Amino acid sequence: MNKLLSVQSLVTSLNAGTAIVDDISFDIAAGETFALLGESGCGKSMTALSLMRLLPDGVHLKQGAVHLTNENILMLPERDMRRIRGGRMAMIFQEPGLSLNPVMTVGAQIAETLALHQDMHGAMAEARCAELLEQVGLSDVQRRLRAYPFQLSGGMKQRVMIAMALAGQPKLLIADEPTTALDVTIQAQVLQLLRDTQQQSDMSILLITHDLGVVAQMAHRVAVMYAGQIVEQASRVQLFAHPAHPYTQKLFAALPHANKGQALAAISGSVPALGSAGVGCRFAPRCDQAWARCHAEMPGWTKLPNGQGVRCHLYDTDEAGTTKQPSGISASQAEQGSSSRVPPQRSSENSLLQVENLRVHFPIHKGILQRTVGYVKAVDGVSLTIAAGRTLALVGESGCGKTTVGKALLQLVQPTAGSVRFAGNDLVGLGAQQLHVQRAGMQMVFQDPYASLNPKMRVAEILQEGMDVLSIGKNSTERQQRIDELLDQVGLAQASKWRYPHEFSGGQRQRIAIARALAVNPSLLICDEPTSALDVSVQAQILNLLKTLQQELGLSYLFISHNLAVVEYLAHEVCVMYLGRIVERGTVAEVMRAPHHPYTRALISAVPHIDGSGIETVRLEGEMPSPTNPPQGCYFHPRCPHAMDVCQMDYPKATHVSDTRQVHCYLETTEKVKQS
Amino acid sequence: MMPVVLWTDAMIFLLLATILAGAWHIRKWPHLMLPWQRVATSSMGMVSLLILSLFMLVGLLDSLHYRIALPEKNNGQTVYSAEVVSAFDALASGLKSRTEKTYSAPMAAYLYAKENMDTLEGKILRDYPRLRFGGVHLSDVGRDWLGDVVQKAARGALAGLLLGVLLIAAIWILFLRQRGDHLPLSKVADNPRKALLITTLLLAAFFGAVSNLAASYHVLGTDKVGQDVLYLALKSIRTGLVIGTITTLVTLPFALLLGVAAGYFRGWVDDIIQYIYTVLSSIPSVLLIAAAVLMMQVTIEMHPEWFETSAARADVRLLSLCLILGLTSWTGLCRLLRGETLKLRELEYIQAAQAFGVSSPRIITQHIMPNVMHIVLIAMVMDFSGLVLAEAVLSYVGVGVDPSTMSFGTLINAARLEMGRDPIVWWTLAAAFGFMLVLVLAANLFADVVRDAFDPRLSHKN
Repeated sequence: MNKLLSVQSLVTSLNAGTAIVDDISFDIAAGETFALLGESGCGKSMTALSLMRLLPDGVHLKQGAVHLTNENILMLPERDMRRIRGGRMAMIFQEPGLSLNPVMTVGAQIAETLALHQDMHGAMAEARCAELLEQVGLSDVQRRLRAYPFQLSGGMKQRVMIAMALAGQPKLLIADEPTTALDVTIQAQVLQLLRDTQQQSDMSILLITHDLGVVAQMAHRVAVMYAGQIVEQASRVQLFAHPAHPYTQKLFAALPHANKGQALAAISGSVPALGSAGVGCRFAPRCDQAWARCHAEMPGWTKLPNGQGVRCHLYDTDEAGTTKQPSGISASQAEQGSSSRVPPQRSSENSLLQVENLRVHFPIHKGILQRTVGYVKAVDGVSLTIAAGRTLALVGESGCGKTTVGKALLQLVQPTAGSVRFAGNDLVGLGAQQLHVQRAGMQMVFQDPYASLNPKMRVAEILQEGMDVLSIGKNSTERQQRIDELLDQVGLAQASKWRYPHEFSGGQRQRIAIARALAVNPSLLICDEPTSALDVSVQAQILNLLKTLQQELGLSYLFISHNLAVVEYLAHEVCVMYLGRIVERGTVAEVMRAPHHPYTRALISAVPHIDGSGIETVRLEGEMPSPTNPPQGCYFHPRCPHAMDVCQMDYPKATHVSDTRQVHCYLETTEKVKQS
Repeated sequence: MMPVVLWTDAMIFLLLATILAGAWHIRKWPHLMLPWQRVATSSMGMVSLLILSLFMLVGLLDSLHYRIALPEKNNGQTVYSAEVVSAFDALASGLKSRTEKTYSAPMAAYLYAKENMDTLEGKILRDYPRLRFGGVHLSDVGRDWLGDVVQKAARGALAGLLLGVLLIAAIWILFLRQRGDHLPLSKVADNPRKALLITTLLLAAFFGAVSNLAASYHVLGTDKVGQDVLYLALKSIRTGLVIGTITTLVTLPFALLLGVAAGYFRGWVDDIIQYIYTVLSSIPSVLLIAAAVLMMQVTIEMHPEWFETSAARADVRLLSLCLILGLTSWTGLCRLLRGETLKLRELEYIQAAQAFGVSSPRIITQHIMPNVMHIVLIAMVMDFSGLVLAEAVLSYVGVGVDPSTMSFGTLINAARLEMGRDPIVWWTLAAAFGFMLVLVLAANLFADVVRDAFDPRLSHKN
């Protein structure tokens, strides 16, 4: 095997001495995609920055060797290193919006790299820029060259970033979470682009990600990182067939699955903070196969006969007696996956929340007189019903108005039109006083657990606020009791009452946020992407918690998410939103297994699956249009592979496919006509 | 002796009482106490607090005003002197009374200007005359001066050091010994006790030396009319503190309420508040302040019957200067707070509170204000130094404090007139500069430590 990059026992540590990247070794062959998989805070990005020698202040390389085509780049002087960065080794970052200079045109930024690494100037450079942009799949290249980053969408910016990285004709491309900030359909486009580019130029890719699905689609070989160490290294096929390390096994098990009757195998606790590592195995505190030795001694690197490497005492040769086959868990998991599914219940007639034709239009003001020149139609006629004790998921890409629906239901945003009937009362247009009475019934859990808790208030105060305002509990002692009860319910220690939010991890903070919403005994929780800011292992904990709470308290959820796997696990019914309107609704089984609307089909097929399978792949071109000026006719027709003439005329009416199912698409009506 | 309570005195003591009551309240709640304990573990914080409290001590002593009973009686009624003096004046009576004829350099024994003197032979000699008080005990200045200064400084420093040691021993015996090691301070790595100890001893030695020298020299020289500059500078501390604190107290409600309201409510509330502060800040501030001060001055001149003493009149002038400065300088902080609130109101915890139906005033006081307090704290300290300087500028234009009130501004203004003189009279400016520097620096450092201690996002070692 022709090694392009070889990293040997790399250690990167804080100046205070704490190792962030602790003794990492791996090789990348030419033309190979090597994935570095791990949760946030385990040192993936620091590894990449160490390779580029771009470490932030206060962090330094302590030891190790990095050979790029047989040259130890850690020994190079900074001058030579600058030639390698962007030349033989290029990097693309997670947030495309932040990695382009907003005051330079796209062309100028690419030309900069060309001038530096290819010594190309003037017309030649411009021609090469155009070629590169074409290569990354941008249309109308000449105009794009003169565009500023703010004129491009997120997906286009990431393409430009890739074009910039390719400009130096790198041998190795380091991609640090290249699609995390993008929507699924755009993610699918960008991943496809990376694969195509790799095939054309025989480039190696170091892909850093937390998403098992992306790994399954992209990687040839995978290293799993945990708390600064590589705990397992294997080829993709091996890893997905037989994860060896307990952490990897649990990571697979923690993925949401369609089997609703069963709780997710969450990993207890969370990723340890930097520098808190003790003498033993770093995963030992969260591992249920750990024994005394795991806590006392750091496991060494064990090479299994099949070439898989793992850092775990289970596979130590001198522990031969206890060695287990690296298959147990995943096999049993697969079995459980196929066990009996709970049949979807027919939604009871007594609906808790009924939304009719909800519209939220934000006026656009312009000019000195602030006249209204148009409207952003964030939500444009949404109707939905949630029955007591059921979960309705609202699915869609960012910008489709799903969060605005949630806020409009809570009357945090004033709806422009439509009705919201909650437990028999219409909330739209209620005065502050009457609305106050209804507040307790409906609460919200927000997306970002770091922004949703006031950093200056202690947990008890946060939980008590709603109770105080809505006069729940007679006196202070009763409320304190209720707080203890709530903390028990969401699985936090009662002692955490007197601590500030910053002392908790992301998952714990989300538990606090759930407890805050529960404090006023709501019957409906609106969960706005409650797990999207969390790691997979922690996400499973929160999903389990939500599920248990629903069973115990009979809560209804409106679950707003872009993550279809999570929706499939948690929801009973699904509504798919596109540009402020619901395009398809139905039970989870119906929509996920047999999507009717082309958009739903594309959305589902764009999600990377860990088994690499999907329904037939539907790739969507382009991006969602602006809600200020939606296309004439069906909003989806400019991107729809099945668009017909009629699609450009009027917005399609609802077609009832079955009792529970509605689709807004002309394909349905024409099929029906054909059938009849 | 008749105690006199001037307006600013009342405000200072009110402020002090509020601070003490606040401290008493905080003592009872461990979670409120925690950040202050963190402050107490910082060497920097405690040393700057020590220095600040020395300034405050001078300011407070200078705020205890009274009038002395005169020896003669009027029909059995005690007659009081028209002059209002303070406890500080009594302590520093030596400095106050030993006035020379005109300028003299620091530690000098001679005047700074040549004068015609009659010699014993009856001839007229033009030379630097000896001072009336500074260094009079020296028989031969050229020979004895240096030795005398060094000796006095050393003796004073030793005496001061001794006093310092006694003081520390007394504090140790009175407060710390019983509590012993229960104090959390002793367990913390960054223990400020050592730093405090060293600073106290250094300061004690320094003050010992200065006070011993001040008894027979003018340590910082004398000004145009022969007043001791050290005395003037010490008296200026109170004016500086009054302008710095009371003005900020006037600014704060405007800036905080209007800024947060504008950011939180937006819409027409925001429009009105923005128009007000845009208009206010587009008028040249010196012009606006000068106009207001002149109007106020005329009112005061028209009603001499309102004031019993000239000190009361000067004090009202000082107070109204604070009010005027406060009313015109809230715009900067207001704008900052509006921007921060605009950012905060979109955060999810505010929306969560709105979803509970929490009332707007409560959201503002519970959620927004605590989260903008760090800005307020920093802006207040920054303003403090700015205001002391503004006072100097205004005194130069002639609309500052009453000419009889001593302030850094009047000191600098007086120094300015003599900067062009050759040889230069530098000590008045140097004195004002040094005092202001130490005061503002100590305040800045202390505020920095407090801000850090109150920021829950910073990871604290304990």
